[in-house]
Amino acid sequence: MEATALAYLAAGIGAALTVIGAGLGIGKLAAAAMEASGRQPEVAGQVRTSMLIAAALIEGATFFALVICILLAIK
Amino acid sequence: MNVAFLLLNGTEAVHAAADTVHVAAVHEGGSQEIAKYLLEHVQDSHHLDLPGMTVELPHFAPVQFLGMSFDMSITKHVVFLWLAALLLIIALGIVAFQNSRRKVPRGFGNLTEVFIVFIRDEIALPNMGPGGMRYMPYLLTTFFFILLMNLLGLFPYGSSATANVNVTAGLAIIAFVMIQASSIRSQGVKHYLAHMTGGVHWALWVIMIPIEILGLFTKPFALCIRLFANMSGGHLVLLFLLGLIFILAQVPATASGVWYISPVPVLFAVALNLLEIFVAFLQAYVFTMLTSLFMGLGMQQESHSEKELH
Repeated sequence: MEATALAYLAAGIGAALTVIGAGLGIGKLAAAAMEASGRQPEVAGQVRTSMLIAAALIEGATFFALVICILLAIK
Repeated sequence: MNVAFLLLNGTEAVHAAADTVHVAAVHEGGSQEIAKYLLEHVQDSHHLDLPGMTVELPHFAPVQFLGMSFDMSITKHVVFLWLAALLLIIALGIVAFQNSRRKVPRGFGNLTEVFIVFIRDEIALPNMGPGGMRYMPYLLTTFFFILLMNLLGLFPYGSSATANVNVTAGLAIIAFVMIQASSIRSQGVKHYLAHMTGGVHWALWVIMIPIEILGLFTKPFALCIRLFANMSGGHLVLLFLLGLIFILAQVPATASGVWYISPVPVLFAVALNLLEIFVAFLQAYVFTMLTSLFMGLGMQQESHSEKELH
């Protein structure tokens, strides 16, 4: 297989694995947040804020990998 | 109200579809051409697409500075940067003037005050304590500027300047400077440098200092990449979803059935547009919040050393 084909293949597999990782991570985070909101509804606002912050940080790491995949596919 | 909102997003999706129609009619080439056109929509370019005409923007020769050459010509993203800045100055200037004359804000001033109070009570004060009020102008500028740039990309014939990594890098550099400046200002240069060592035995300084310096740079770098990838990725997905109709029209097997399936991508695009509006707000909020968090982390030592004195 030539280098270009391998690069495209790597980009595709890389993107898929990235999204699996992000989905699992943010899913666990959301589950914990839901449980905490259910146990103590009065702190639901603070829990939601912390959840958004953590989700944004995790997605930030995801986008690093995504940018690498895009670079692989374009160049 | 909700119907009007949905209609507005529907027209946005239809406008984006009209763009792709215009170009699919011009290039009858395969899906490669369509993909390239869609990529050009999100990336920077030297011409501005307005309804009915294309404005060619001025090209300047690259400027040589310290061995690197900078292309300082005015491109599409620069135009939208300036447009966002101009709109901000005008709109927020009017709001400030009106709010200073009335006791109770009304109308657009009321809406802006909601955001300002939110930033003050949820972002600046909890993270930075009472000293946070000094940095409110910077945080407010960051929030509204990024928000407006993100939102301008959702209009037909608009593009978000934050989808350009240079723009987000500039914002991240300013955030980096502000984080260092706020730490130095509240702790003094000696404490700031002492914090760099992390409070370990002096023999470990050789390892600690490079790691700390590296950590100093990764945080704004993450800010830059997060904003850039969110914005450009979101717009790309939206455009490709609509381009799917035209790509499928190229494939002979599905060319005839394209008319029947085309409502599906359009509906998906409307839903995705609503999500993109939410993401625009969210990314502006996250950028501002993380900047104030890092500033607050640097300023915290001030209270620590005060406690030690007692």
